[in-house]
Amino acid sequence: MADIKVTVDNITVTVPEGSTLLDAAHKAGIDVPTLCYLRGINEIGACRMCVCEVVGARALVAACVYPCTDGMVAYTNTEKIKDYRRKTLQLILSDHDQDCLGCVRSTDCELQALCKRYGVEKTDYYEGVKNEFAIDASSASIVRDNNKCILCRRCTAACEKYQSIGVIGANDRGFATHIGSAFELPLAETSCVNCGQCIVACPVGALHEVDATQAVKAALADPSKTVVVQAAPSVRVGLGECFGMPIGAEVEGKMAAGMRRLGFDAVFDTNFSADLTIVEEANELIERVTKGGVLPMITSCSPGWIKFIEHYYPELLPNVSSCKSPQQMFGAVVKTFWAEKKGIDPKDIVSVSIMPCTAKKFECGREDQSAAGVPDVDYALTTRELGRLINEAGIDFVNLPDEPYDDPLGESTGAAVIFGATGGVMEAALRTAVEWITGKQLGKDLLEFQDVRGVEGVKEACYKVGDLEVSVAVASGLANARKVLEMVKSGEKNYTFIEIMACPGGCVNGGGQPHVPSKIKNFMDVREVRAKGLYDLDAARPLRRSHENPSIKAVYDDYFGSYGSHRAHEVLHTTYVARKVNADHE
Amino acid sequence: MKTLQELKDIKAAKGGQVDIRFNPDTAEEAVKTYVLVCGGTGCQSNHSVEVMDELNKMIDAAGKKDEIQIIQTGCQGLCAKGPIMVVHPGNIFYQEVKPDMVERIFNEHILGGTPVDEYLMVEELPNGEKIHYVDSPFYKDQLRMALRNCGKIDPEDIDEYIARDGYQALAKALLEMTPDDVIKEVVDSGLRGRGGGGFPTGKKWMFASANRGKVQKFVACNADEGDPGAFMDRSILEGDPHSVLEAMAIAGYAIGANQGYIYVRAEYPIAVDRLKIALDQARDYGVLGKNIFGSGFDFDVDLRLGAGAFVCGEETALMTSIEGNRGEPRPRPPFPAVKGLFAQPTVLNNVETYANIPQIILNGASWFNQYGTETSKGTKVFALGGKVNNTGLVEVPMGATLRQVVEEIGGGVPNGKKFKAAQTGGPSGGCIPAKSYDVPIDYESLKAIGSMMGSGGMIVLDEDNCMVDIAKFYLGFTVSESCGKCTPCRIGTKRMLEILEKISAGRGEIEDLDKLDELAHYIQANALCGLGQTAPNPILSTIEHFRDEYEAHIIDKRCPAGVCKALLNYVIDPEKCKGCTKCARNCPVGAISGAVKQPHVIDPAKCIKCGACMENCAFGAISRK
Amino acid sequence: MKVSSVPFKGTKDQEAKLLEVIAKYKGQKGALMPIMQEAQNIYGYLPYQVQKIISDETGIPIEKIYGVATFYAQFSMSPKGKYIVAVCLGTACYVKGAGKVLEEVEAKLGIGDGECTPDGKFSLEVCRCVGACGLAPVMIVAGDVYGKMTPDRVEGILAKYE
Repeated sequence: MADIKVTVDNITVTVPEGSTLLDAAHKAGIDVPTLCYLRGINEIGACRMCVCEVVGARALVAACVYPCTDGMVAYTNTEKIKDYRRKTLQLILSDHDQDCLGCVRSTDCELQALCKRYGVEKTDYYEGVKNEFAIDASSASIVRDNNKCILCRRCTAACEKYQSIGVIGANDRGFATHIGSAFELPLAETSCVNCGQCIVACPVGALHEVDATQAVKAALADPSKTVVVQAAPSVRVGLGECFGMPIGAEVEGKMAAGMRRLGFDAVFDTNFSADLTIVEEANELIERVTKGGVLPMITSCSPGWIKFIEHYYPELLPNVSSCKSPQQMFGAVVKTFWAEKKGIDPKDIVSVSIMPCTAKKFECGREDQSAAGVPDVDYALTTRELGRLINEAGIDFVNLPDEPYDDPLGESTGAAVIFGATGGVMEAALRTAVEWITGKQLGKDLLEFQDVRGVEGVKEACYKVGDLEVSVAVASGLANARKVLEMVKSGEKNYTFIEIMACPGGCVNGGGQPHVPSKIKNFMDVREVRAKGLYDLDAARPLRRSHENPSIKAVYDDYFGSYGSHRAHEVLHTTYVARKVNADHE
Repeated sequence: MKTLQELKDIKAAKGGQVDIRFNPDTAEEAVKTYVLVCGGTGCQSNHSVEVMDELNKMIDAAGKKDEIQIIQTGCQGLCAKGPIMVVHPGNIFYQEVKPDMVERIFNEHILGGTPVDEYLMVEELPNGEKIHYVDSPFYKDQLRMALRNCGKIDPEDIDEYIARDGYQALAKALLEMTPDDVIKEVVDSGLRGRGGGGFPTGKKWMFASANRGKVQKFVACNADEGDPGAFMDRSILEGDPHSVLEAMAIAGYAIGANQGYIYVRAEYPIAVDRLKIALDQARDYGVLGKNIFGSGFDFDVDLRLGAGAFVCGEETALMTSIEGNRGEPRPRPPFPAVKGLFAQPTVLNNVETYANIPQIILNGASWFNQYGTETSKGTKVFALGGKVNNTGLVEVPMGATLRQVVEEIGGGVPNGKKFKAAQTGGPSGGCIPAKSYDVPIDYESLKAIGSMMGSGGMIVLDEDNCMVDIAKFYLGFTVSESCGKCTPCRIGTKRMLEILEKISAGRGEIEDLDKLDELAHYIQANALCGLGQTAPNPILSTIEHFRDEYEAHIIDKRCPAGVCKALLNYVIDPEKCKGCTKCARNCPVGAISGAVKQPHVIDPAKCIKCGACMENCAFGAISRK
Repeated sequence: MKVSSVPFKGTKDQEAKLLEVIAKYKGQKGALMPIMQEAQNIYGYLPYQVQKIISDETGIPIEKIYGVATFYAQFSMSPKGKYIVAVCLGTACYVKGAGKVLEEVEAKLGIGDGECTPDGKFSLEVCRCVGACGLAPVMIVAGDVYGKMTPDRVEGILAKYE
């Protein structure tokens, strides 16, 4: 497309045709404030924060959706506009629960930041009735507090556009408009998959995870409990952001140190069970391929994805790998193998996970996730919750030394660490499956499966593995998953193996990851930046194939016997349930 | 399928019979007696259907079926006096015809040839003279262009429309004009949108005309007439539905669209039924469908029913609604002409705008633009309501003054009350005070005095109407009809309404007027769509023209018109009170006390100001202050 | 669950009709509102069970359907009375005293806007302009329009409906 010249606040910039005034202003180094705008999914011009003056335009324009024309002259910061923005903020505040000090989003709230920026001194300038709502805390993962909602609709856009679910949306109209589910059903009674993309999208405190930090602190304070923690691959490229570090900063060692200082009795790494997942899953794949099992096989690591297929494509459940997710495998190993080895009653172990994910909170309460007769994982915390715990404890995270993870469940390979990015599970599985099938070790140059890397929603590749044609697909974001599943159902595509992650870009962009203000993420692909941290870690690891992990070998030697053994099945595999899209209600 | 020649044959065969209703003096002698009974919503509500049934029975009984024909028409305009019946030849109007009046009209007039004087529609002039309706200003001072067929033809008979040159404009466009010729004619006519904004129609069509034949396009008709107090579009759809279909097809040809949508209020069942009948007939005759008049042009129209959301009258909201969503407006640009319905280029006009199109094409732009003012051409239909004698539908040339419409056509304010203001433009418009009585009605003049043309609602207010209350009414409407998408409208209008409520409850402070003013200008500048941007107009215009009334509410805690309940006090005059106890017995809250035959007293703390005591006092002892 | 406390009494016959309607609109753009309008004609209102059928058959998320249903005044999530009493509060009616007529109807029926009498006989709706402004103020009972209303006529009119 042709380039056009636009003058914003007397600065002339060249932008591609089709750019918005917001883009042009950004290029000119001007931050036009937005609340409702989320690039690609919520371009609705509703909040009116970004109103600007365009010379010759009949009225003020919303910069976020206003297309630039060649020679356009715009002003984004006149006193009149700033005054209008202040009024917009004051009006929002007049229907907003201003419990700011007690709010989970205090200090990383986009509304708060804008009020500060525009010097909104009188927060009660406009008085009047406020909408009042009951807080919906029915879900295992997500709390919705409409009293804080500013109706930007970023959450509903994420639910609908990213995830093709749309369990929340705008109900009623006018001043009574609010975000809710059909018939105001509690979230737990809908087909919500708990992915938490709504939370990631929310600029304020209207959506947050179900807090488990209190329970974890109580466990840590209980001397009768052995409290064990695991942290997922992508947490190490997110957690630093809670402490002002750059987006995607890799903090693997500091995280271990931080968790140790919080008082966990053992600091382990979900990377270990990621490797474990790969060997079990690769084994399952090879068995399906060689014994005529149901294909394509689809990964099962992402609990949001699992609940999605249970609701929307229950007929494809036989295609899903029976392997538990890495979180659950880890918990199962801790409460069986490790408990046995340490001589601790599994009932006295409190198994905590740190996840980039809110659906993990739902997952640990699922049926058939209790290998030792007690839940494999007791509490799943989000990256944000861990950040809050560390912050509360007064730990100077940024200046922590790098520390290792505890043995034996702290050892991992590069294949495990890339689980956190879309395509990572596929790549890790391919590294193992290809070597097992061909019996040959992949050279360093062949170890990286570039075709399945990157943030595109659907990626496809075909590999010749020995005599086999292995056709694979990788999808992230459930709207993309739906596309792939439709192609599978219609017979349009014959894949062998499919990786699906509920969140767009995979776990690096999970519903439990630190908030990135929209003014940053509208101009930067956070997913790419965080994923790079993981791929760098992989490249630097001495071991890059899951089956090379010595601790994995030891666990099989000591406990499970062989891959896919009876005991492995008992401990490491699970079952699924068919659900309905719309539940029956009397 | 009918050929153009067949249409001309229909016109030739039918024309004479129809012509008499339009030119009663010059038409050829009628072979039949025609009885036109209004079947518009107003008259049907007043049992016009029963009147027709009664008449039918008599015709049957007298064996006069071949000599007397009943025609159910659309709205004839003077709804206040409905049901209306017109007998031709003679052009004799009867008003408020009840079924039991039919017998005399039938025997004495239709059979006997002598009109029944006492049922005739007469109008009393200010000088007391009574004249027959056809000689009255209401009838004579109007210029009926958009309404030309309304009330005179059977809207359920396409042949009657054809007899009035129906579909000739479409034929002319398709067979003799290029699409650009059509657009040029509309541009030259100066026709502007009759739905409120007044955007030049031809220009709109021009914008949408790019890439003809390369992309799918749509023609849409806004028949979601939601202004409270407006029923122009309903009357056109009820009285002359084919004129809209024909115009849409012409628009389709002009911009290169093959599909039209009419978005019509579900609350207009008669209009919907007649549109359906018209669509069936038009398809049957081939004036809609494939290869119209053998020109190779295809066009069809679908109906979509609105579901009760005023905001859907806003063009982007209307399209969002047709797409099956909540009717929330979207930001413009992109404009519908570029990216409209289903993201395709779309032309959207309202009913009255379309109703003008066929005549512009047939008679030419210069015929049309001889009427009206410099910038506002043609006529405008108004739904005249409120405190005016002749409530109903009127069409006047642009540039007529408010005084002409209210005093002459409307017959003035009833009960000897004084004209206070006229509200035009509905919730988007403003109140025009008596001092602007002589301002010509056109787009620019109305805007200049803080109101707007709007779609054509015109509500007359007299001294008994409180302007704060009126402002509150309109804002209350906007608040309940706001879609809730953008901040200024969702929260801002609500906050304004709360301030108005505070003022009318007697709790207002003088700073509130500044806050209202400030919010009003903020909302005008910042709201996403036209509904929000214009929502403050009724408040701004009433503050501007009736500031004293606001101040009376705020400073004196008094409602001069005696409307705002909280500011009223009912007082018993002890001199006049006979102590009959009737007021106390009728008081729903027991606020009145007093012994029998002793003057009574109202306890203002208990009084809910319902006025029941005053209504029941036989001695005029209770007054409202 | 919000809205109706009245148990759903939909029949197989109604469901078959609704499925027919949905099939008729299959593949048409923007079909949701017409489907909902016809569904409301079939059932009289749009309870969860009806919206669920529409959602299951069309694949449109039920929240989207509910969001549309709660946006437009025409759609109702609770059953209507046998007779619908509508009082117009359009401008013309309002300035001519429709508010008092409404108050009287509310008092006589003991219900407010959008409510249904416990015996299921009447439901009350405040409506916007019905276009019969010449007859203002206007009240509509079961489709019969009563013009030039006054509060004292309310009782007698309501008594006509048994």
